[in-house]
Parts: sequence; C-alpha cells; structure tokens
Amino acid sequence: MADIQTPTMGFSENKARGSEWKRFRRVFFARGAVMIGLIILVLLFIVAIFAPFLAPYNPYIPGVAPSLAKPSSHHWLGADLLGRDTLSRLIYGSRTALMVGFIAVAIGSAIGITLGIVAGFTRGFVNAIIMRAMDAMMCFPMLILSLVIAALLGNGIVNVIIALSISSIPIYARVVYGLTLSIKENDYILAQKSLGSGSWRTMLAHILPNAFPPLIVIVTMQLGGLILAEAGLSFLGIGIKPPGAAWGAMVNEGYQYLLRSPVLSFAPGLAIMLVVFAFNMVGDGLRDALDPKLRGLL
Amino acid sequence: MTTYIIRRIFLALIVLIIVTLIVFFLMRLLPGDPLMIFVGQQSSVQAMPPEQIEALRHEFGLDKNIMSQYFSWVGGIVRGNFGSSIYYHEKVSKLLAQRLPITAYIGFLSLVFGALIGIIIGIWAGVKRGKWPDKVITPLTYVGITIPVFWLGILMIYFFGLMLHWLPTNGYTSPFTDFWLSTRQLVMPVICSSLFAIAANARQMRSSMLETIGQDYIRTAWAKGLSERVVVLKHALKNSLIPVITLVGMGIGGILGGSVLVETVFSIPGVGRLMVSSIFGQDYVVVQAITFVISVTILLMNLLVDLSYGFLDPRIRYG
Repeated sequence: MADIQTPTMGFSENKARGSEWKRFRRVFFARGAVMIGLIILVLLFIVAIFAPFLAPYNPYIPGVAPSLAKPSSHHWLGADLLGRDTLSRLIYGSRTALMVGFIAVAIGSAIGITLGIVAGFTRGFVNAIIMRAMDAMMCFPMLILSLVIAALLGNGIVNVIIALSISSIPIYARVVYGLTLSIKENDYILAQKSLGSGSWRTMLAHILPNAFPPLIVIVTMQLGGLILAEAGLSFLGIGIKPPGAAWGAMVNEGYQYLLRSPVLSFAPGLAIMLVVFAFNMVGDGLRDALDPKLRGLL
Repeated sequence: MTTYIIRRIFLALIVLIIVTLIVFFLMRLLPGDPLMIFVGQQSSVQAMPPEQIEALRHEFGLDKNIMSQYFSWVGGIVRGNFGSSIYYHEKVSKLLAQRLPITAYIGFLSLVFGALIGIIIGIWAGVKRGKWPDKVITPLTYVGITIPVFWLGILMIYFFGLMLHWLPTNGYTSPFTDFWLSTRQLVMPVICSSLFAIAANARQMRSSMLETIGQDYIRTAWAKGLSERVVVLKHALKNSLIPVITLVGMGIGGILGGSVLVETVFSIPGVGRLMVSSIFGQDYVVVQAITFVISVTILLMNLLVDLSYGFLDPRIRYG
C-alpha cells in the first residue's frame, strides 16, 4: 500500500506545481502589451551590456560630427552641440538608467521590506515609530525629497542613487507592512510559534516568501518609477557629471536647440518613455499571472 | 464618527511633528558647517575674519544647542517666519507669498482636470469594456502614466508653440491682469501636470467601475428596468468612486512634485522653479521652507481624504 501511495503523492505534487507554472506562463504571455514590454526590456539589456560594441562612435569624444549635425546615414540621430554622436550617447545612457534603477531598487527595497516586516511583527512603540515615520516620508513627493537629498549630498550619480533609494523606502515598507499583518493571521504562523520558532526566523522563513509575489510586482514597477525619477533629476541637472550620458540630461541639452535639431531631445525622451512603459507592462503582466487578486491594489 | 475624526487628526499631528523633524534635520545632519548652508557661498565665509563668523553664528542662533535651534525654527514657522533668503535678500515668507499662488493655481486646475477628465473617461472605458472607447482609452492611459512630463512639455512646445503657433511657449501672466493671455499660457502646463493624474484616475475608475457593475445590486437595478444612465450614474458611480477619491487626493503629491519640472520647462515663476534655483544657488533656507510647505499641503490633503472616506463609506463611519 505504502509503495503505491508514496509515488502517487509525489506525482500529484509535481503536477500541481507544473500546472501553476503553466498557468503563470499562459497568463503572462497572453497580453500583447506585456510581450511588447518584455521585448523592449530584453533589447534594453542587450544594448546596455553590449554598448561598446553597438555604439557607432565613442559617446564622450566631441567633434566626431559637425556641431548639431542633422540625422544622416553616418549619424542616425545627428549630433549634439559639441559634435558628439547622439545615438552613441543614447546607447550609453541606457547603462546609466539601468544602473541607477537597479541599485536604488535593491537598496530601497532591502531597507523598506525590513522596516515593513518588523513593523508588522511588533506592536506598540516600535510599530508606531516606524509607520508614522513612513507616513511622514510619504508627505514628501518623491521628486522633491530625492532632489533635496541629492543636492545636499552634492552632485554625482552615487548621491542620486542614495537619494532615490531613501525616497522609495516608504513604498515598500507600507506594502510589506500590510502583507505581514495579513500573513501573520494564518494558522501556519501560529503553528510555527507553538513550535517555538523565534520572531526573526518566522519573519525570514515564512512571512517573506509569502510576501514575495506582490513584492516582485512592486519592484518591477518601481524600476520604471525610479528610472523616470532619475530622468527628472538629470533633466534638472542633478546626477551624472559631464561628459557622462543620461537620458534626462540629453533631453534638457536638446531643449535648448529645439528648433534647429528637435531629434536631440525627442530621441532620449522616447527612450525614457519606452523603458518606463516596458517595466510597467511587465509589472502588470507579473501581477496578473502571479495573483489576479492584486489587480487595482498594486 | 467623532472618534474616527479625532483619531485621524491626532495621527496627522504626530506625522506633522515628524515632518518638521525631517525637514529640519535633513538640512543639519548632512556634512558641512550649517553656517555655510545659511550663508551660502563657502568662499565668502572663509574670507571673513573669525570674529565676524562668530557674530554670524550668534545671529543665526547656531551657537545654541541643536534642539533649541529646532524649537526656535518651529516657533518661527508658527509665527510665519521662515527666515531670510541669502540669494534674494528677502524674507522667505515674502518670496513664498509671491510664488505660492501661481503654483497653487496651476496645481488646483491640474487636480480638478485630473479628477474630472480621469473619472469621466474611466467610467466610459469601464462601461464600454472591450468596445472601441475602452480600446482607445486604456492604451492611452498607459502612455499617460509613463510619459516623462518634461518631455511631454517639450513636445507640446515644439508642435503647438513653435510649429503651429497656437499657444505661447512659456511664461506666466496673472489671470487678473489678462485673463485670456493667462489661460492661453496655462493650457500646456496644466495638460502636462494633470496628464499623469488623468491617466491614473481613469485606470482606477475603470477597474473600480468594472468591479461595481458586476455586483448583485446593479443587476437588480437593471432588472427593475432602469436606463443605463441611471444605473451607471446613480447606482454604480457612488460606490465605485470611493477608491478613486483616495487616488485623486494622493495626486496632489505628484502634481506638486512635477511642478519642479513643469515650471522649469515652461519658465513659470512658481514655487517649483524657485526650489530648483534655490538648490543650485545653495539657498537652503528657501529649500527648507518650500519642502516644508509642500509636505504640509500633502499632509492636509491626506487628512482630508481620510475624513471624506468616513463620510462616504458607512463601514468606516460606524466601524
């Protein structure tokens, strides 16, 4: 009897997991817009990784083209005032956007998730301090808070990353706090407690994995949000130092020569929009595929 | 209900205190002598004789301990004294009085447009789910939430200003001086700063509408033979508006944050542009004041949303 039962149970378990993965794939790849987003992201990563091979010119050397050259077969997107190739700068700008986005999301989510779980797991003073501080931080628009922090720390890409990380902490903390409160009510957490497992163990081994699906959605969407915020900051002149390439700064440089060469600011702006769109769409697709109940909440 | 209101106001007060702490200590915990921050140019301080520096230190109250500095700063704000700007050689409160109405006017228009247009097209897309209005509106809302506002501004300046000459490309005129010119100048900035809100509100309205029209009581309304207009506008709208109101209120943060970009693109002399120029001019007293005013505005808006929730949702009212 036992010989027959054990493999059957194992089999059914595998089957359930397999079908869940199948359902995920079916829902995730079903929507055209999600697929477009995914393709844009794959292209973006390829462009960022292979930038030195893809860029037709060195993005930092001035004078590879006449100043403010119009788009031509040699310079597809023309050149800026200093005669630097716009396409090459656009390609290198993808590295800035992705680097800032990923590092800031990693730092911000690590801190925010920790604060959210701790607040959800404690009562009284600790909980009140953390959550009211998060409420207070939510009173600052992300762009304003990161603008002030970056400006006070001094100009530079590292400070922009720090500023964006700090400004995004409350978003994660709030979501994780809510998730922790609801996951905590489950019987298996009570079972863990009765087995004598400590708070930290419960938080890391049981709450965090259960909060994972909504978190991955938030993180994906935040990548888009932070890239947009970084573009805003670099448009205002805060962030990467010249001659480094950032899309927001390129839009601003092009703005000054809008009549002579509109492509200078149109192209990087379109790049920002496509990338933010792609992260949002993939985030949407992940949400629908992982947990349709989250629709409207995330 | 009274308990709910008192509780909300109490929480808002606590958050307000934390906000003042953040704004104050943000400027003080960072590296560098706060005197440099107050006086601005580092070179001018270094060139001064030590006695003069000490005199300045005393004048700005920087020789006192940090907590009493904090309390005198808060005390100043309560009396409407935000300190003096180094760059403009003027009281910050006077600068704010000139520029705040401009940002508030644009912000108010953007908030209203964002709510009205967002809700209307959201209802339309929700009711006509899968038909052409939905197929046009829904992808457009994705564009609306992803487009960088400064880039949208530049696109509009290029096409409507420089190519078609329909609208002035920048500047601001008070509506009391020249209403027509003022309105023409404001069309593009207001579209810019409300587009995100329009798109976000429309998305929320659509999904909230879809959820509501699937409920039993709506089926009953249809079964009674009511017209589509009455079912949608009278029965479904009320309940589906609740989540949208939160979003409309939260939109003020995005609009005020975006004002930094929009006012820069369109050269509007509001608080957003003052913020940017003060940051580059290291005029941190002004930065501190603006950050405080913006965060308090958002705090009040959140409180208002919370309280309106109590009126709209009986579960909260009696809960």
